[in-house]
Amino acid sequence: MKVRVSLPSATQRVGMLFGFWLVLAMFGPLLAPYAPGQIIDTQVFAPISHQHWLGTDYLGRDLGSRLLYAVRYTVLICTLSTAFSCGCGILLGVATTATPAWVEQVAGRLMDGILSIPSLLCALLVIAAFGDSLMALVLTMGVIYTPGAYRTSRALALRIARMDYITVAMARGEGRLFIIWREILPNMRGPLLADVGLRFIYAVLLLSNLSFLGLGVQPPLVDLGSLVRENVLGLVYGAVAVVLPTIVIAVLTVGINLVLDATAGRRS
Amino acid sequence: MSAGLARLVARRIGTALCSLVFVVVAIFFMTAALPGDVADMLLGQNATPAAAQALRHSLHLDQPLWLRFMHWCAGMLHGDPGTSLLTGRPVSEMLAPRLYNSLLLAGATTVVSVPLALLLGLACATWRDTHFDRVMTVLTLGVVSVPAFLIATVAVFVFAVQFRIVPALSDIRSIHSVGQFILTFAMPVSTLASITMAQMIRMIRACMIDVFSAPYIEMAVLKGVPPIRIVLHHALPNAIGPVANAIALSLSSLLGGVVVIETIFNYPGLAQLMVDSVMLRDVPIIQSCALLFCLTYLFLTTLADIVALASVRKGRGA
Amino acid sequence: MTHMISVSNLEIVGRRRHGPAVPIVRDVSLDVAEGQMLALIGESGSGKTTIALSLLGHARAGCAISGGRIMVAGHDVTTMTAGELRAFRGRTISYVAQNAGTAFNPALSLGQQVIEPARVHWSMTRAQAEHKMIDLFRALALPDPETIGARYPHQLSGGQLQRLMAAMALVTDPEIVVFDEPTTALDVTTQIEVLAAFRSVLADRGITGVYVTHDLAVVAQIADHAVVLRHGQVRESGPVAEILGNPRDDYTRELVAACRIPPRTTFPAPVLDRAVETVLDLSGVIVGYGRLDAAGLPERRILDEVSLSVPRGSTLGIIGESGCGKSTLARTISGLQPWAAGQVTFRGEALAPDIARRTREQRRRLQIVAQNADMVLNPAWRIGASIERVLTFFRGLKGAEARNEAARLLDMVRLPHALLDRLPGELSGGQKQRINFARALAARPDLVLCDEITAALDPVVAAAILELMAELQRELGISYIFITHDLHAVRAVCDDVAVLYGGKVVEHNSSQSLTTGAHHPYTRLLVSSVPEMRAGWLTEAMTARQAGRPEPLQVAPQGGCRFFPRCDVRMPGTCDHNPVPVQILPGGARIACFTNAAALVPDGDDGSCPDFHNRPISGTDSPEEVRHDDPASF
Repeated sequence: MKVRVSLPSATQRVGMLFGFWLVLAMFGPLLAPYAPGQIIDTQVFAPISHQHWLGTDYLGRDLGSRLLYAVRYTVLICTLSTAFSCGCGILLGVATTATPAWVEQVAGRLMDGILSIPSLLCALLVIAAFGDSLMALVLTMGVIYTPGAYRTSRALALRIARMDYITVAMARGEGRLFIIWREILPNMRGPLLADVGLRFIYAVLLLSNLSFLGLGVQPPLVDLGSLVRENVLGLVYGAVAVVLPTIVIAVLTVGINLVLDATAGRRS
Repeated sequence: MSAGLARLVARRIGTALCSLVFVVVAIFFMTAALPGDVADMLLGQNATPAAAQALRHSLHLDQPLWLRFMHWCAGMLHGDPGTSLLTGRPVSEMLAPRLYNSLLLAGATTVVSVPLALLLGLACATWRDTHFDRVMTVLTLGVVSVPAFLIATVAVFVFAVQFRIVPALSDIRSIHSVGQFILTFAMPVSTLASITMAQMIRMIRACMIDVFSAPYIEMAVLKGVPPIRIVLHHALPNAIGPVANAIALSLSSLLGGVVVIETIFNYPGLAQLMVDSVMLRDVPIIQSCALLFCLTYLFLTTLADIVALASVRKGRGA
Repeated sequence: MTHMISVSNLEIVGRRRHGPAVPIVRDVSLDVAEGQMLALIGESGSGKTTIALSLLGHARAGCAISGGRIMVAGHDVTTMTAGELRAFRGRTISYVAQNAGTAFNPALSLGQQVIEPARVHWSMTRAQAEHKMIDLFRALALPDPETIGARYPHQLSGGQLQRLMAAMALVTDPEIVVFDEPTTALDVTTQIEVLAAFRSVLADRGITGVYVTHDLAVVAQIADHAVVLRHGQVRESGPVAEILGNPRDDYTRELVAACRIPPRTTFPAPVLDRAVETVLDLSGVIVGYGRLDAAGLPERRILDEVSLSVPRGSTLGIIGESGCGKSTLARTISGLQPWAAGQVTFRGEALAPDIARRTREQRRRLQIVAQNADMVLNPAWRIGASIERVLTFFRGLKGAEARNEAARLLDMVRLPHALLDRLPGELSGGQKQRINFARALAARPDLVLCDEITAALDPVVAAAILELMAELQRELGISYIFITHDLHAVRAVCDDVAVLYGGKVVEHNSSQSLTTGAHHPYTRLLVSSVPEMRAGWLTEAMTARQAGRPEPLQVAPQGGCRFFPRCDVRMPGTCDHNPVPVQILPGGARIACFTNAAALVPDGDDGSCPDFHNRPISGTDSPEEVRHDDPASF
């Protein structure tokens, strides 16, 4: 028999996990003993030692410091782009339940259009066109994941809009804004949060893949994907420099996914 | 009845055509409208205004954008996607062998992953909440939550570096026997397949669990119908639509995977060409590659929707 | 006597993922003799379906049989292996599910599914099974028994599917059949036919049965013995006549009483013709969709020239089977479904079709109480907030003032104040429906539109809600429109009743005269189809019905009366072409029918004055008896 202490709710757990990563991204680099670009050792791919807690990378830079910066860029870029995609998607998705039909038609077609380009392809195209500045990355990933957020939130909002309490509010003569803001949105919170989490994971995956291909975050900046890319030669020796960033990505995405999966299982 | 189906299919194809137009316009204008001056880039240090002007003229870059778009579209329709900016070779000539290689990779992956994923997805749903299902859930969740390159890197590390079973890079020119073929393709195909399968298994499992919770399945159990017959005869016909959709969606995520896998294994396919071209800003190649990928993607998703529509209609006795 | 089924000390537990085991069925023992039918009676959550499924050795996901013994036809079900259970289910004991619409596989033809039990048990060849199936279809009075098996579930009506399901259960000649609320999802007019079909095939074959239901009137028709369940425990068991006629247990008594709500006896004034102010008046309202015809009216009509009126302080019942336009009518009146033609007058003012163009005062005075209590309160809002919002919105009350008023409203619907701080998810269905009512009352309405408010509730709870409605009407003088498919409820709370068929009001009459006087043929069919809680009713009703009743037509009428295909007094050539005349009887009742009102009266009534309250039902020498049979004359 498992003894169960009163655990935080699913929503709280997602929040706590995400909060942890955000704090790490904001303040982690303060703990870094060295500057991320500083070459501090002649030994490349140094193993874990007292001096370099996490060893050194392919140029002999302190991996621990670089990892802290990498987490910062990965988490912040993905947070911003998720905020963009979910902000736009949810706003549009919920708003189109109350606007004239043609608005929904136009928005829907536009979203279908974006969706019909595979996400990695779309990112490659935009980077080919606009270059790979951080701003471009955030916006690209934001746009790519907007249709998903739009569809989810619209489906949710439509399902709730069919509920009888919405009918009652409409019969009472409540305004559209009141109905959306007070009657519909509060009931979407749980599923929406799960969706936001999912988009965040997608963003991390896309950014890491892009950086790994050398098209994402560019030196001297560093993110988790580019950390793996630059140290990939160390794979042959099983160097910490390539294994650790890999593990960090996995911990970040699998962790959030596991929590989300548990909430989904509980809801159904 | 079938007229209704035809109308629905026609509407779905219409939507796909709409998306196609969007894709074509987006691809062209995103790539052609904004890159820095290609002529300057090509000429590099030697750029004199006159030379740049001449090059621009020869590349039609001095024409208005919409005219270039029309030319481009017309070229595409005639099967002439232009010439590479860097090599000066026709794009079609550069693309053809790459396309063949990529199709080989994607085809091999599909052949491996679809039946396996169907089987495993069905098994997970049938033996829901058993140890087998839990292990599969954690495994597939793990695979879908990490980037594609990570799977590939780990695979290379384990099979090529540690055990030296297979070559780390795919040199397809050196294939002379079936054994070599399998060895060469083993790494990229199995990596790609595991990524695609993980997603497929998750989606197929969800679809099947949905169907298994239907009252008619309980009815079949209460009629004394054996489990295998319940799965094959009662559940599957109702799951065709959603399962087709799951497969199409996963196969299209395979397209993303292909990009990463080809790069990692240095596999001479379309995706690798495209990534290289993005770095070199070779616009005509990017455009053609992107168009090919998007067409495949659109075709797959549309096909899945049509299969789903047809299966629903068939169930309704159309 | 040998017991075909013998259950002793059955315990069934349910558990959520990691939660503790919760008992669902506790210490249940029951026996069924061979050839007998046992009714399992109980409200939702009483464990009746769980027990029924356990007889087949089946427990739904999350449930498990944790104790007791289940002996069925000599097998100990609890000790059987999976293989033995497969051979047992569908062969020795078979199951008829509640909703045939979902229990049939949509992807397979019906015939395939009906003979499947015979095929998987290798009990007969395909040809034999198909032959058997056609015989059963015939015995169950299904149309086109030879070819109906080739069709798919979505092509047939609920009543037909339910009979097909019975055929599927019987195709292997099982010893026992378990019926799980097989008629609950059906309209009354269909239910009676399905019940009669079931009963005749069961009687012919001497099958032992278990019938799960919450409807005591159905129990009276079909069962020999009954077990009353509540919270997974047996409250009372015995012969049906004993349980219905002389219940010993308190809960059983309550249940029986709930099914015998007395018809309304107190009337403010003579019905229909009184010179009272009307609160709401609909005239010629048309709602529809599709192309517009020459007059600019929609081609497909959900409501077709509906005219109704509700006098102040009275209750108008609106009754009809599913799909007749009842819910559309509710949406139309409340301004959520604009109409294409006609006029709606509320307290002397014309109402706009669109809610946005109605004044706040109009919206305040006309409130709706919707059907599904689970969906009608916003799950994210506390009860207090839901009620206070209405108080603020319409009456400008805020803070403590609103709080006090909300508490007063809870008093009014007999609920404790503590509920104000709860979320809807923590309340029972009956409590939610009361809150729902309190919220409507918070606006101080003149008219409350009640759309199937008792449909999802258990009979005892529903009866209490109806009582509350009547009480509030006496105290506050509000008017109701009461939309329902339940004739008992209509008789219990309504003054007038409008009968809707195919979007048309076929009759507008006093609710008390439903069993006497002149009536539209559909009204008579409806009234005569409502089961009564006494043994033998079904036999009487069916005999009355079968004599001289024309076969229903399978074709849809082109114009004229929509009831034409099912009508027992139809006049081909007249009824199916010409516009239907509305006859106004001297009492004020209106009937839309070609047949003269005098001829629509059962049992020798002169038909001139349908104002009879408890008129004795005589039943012999109707002058019309030869021309058309009257199902109401039992």
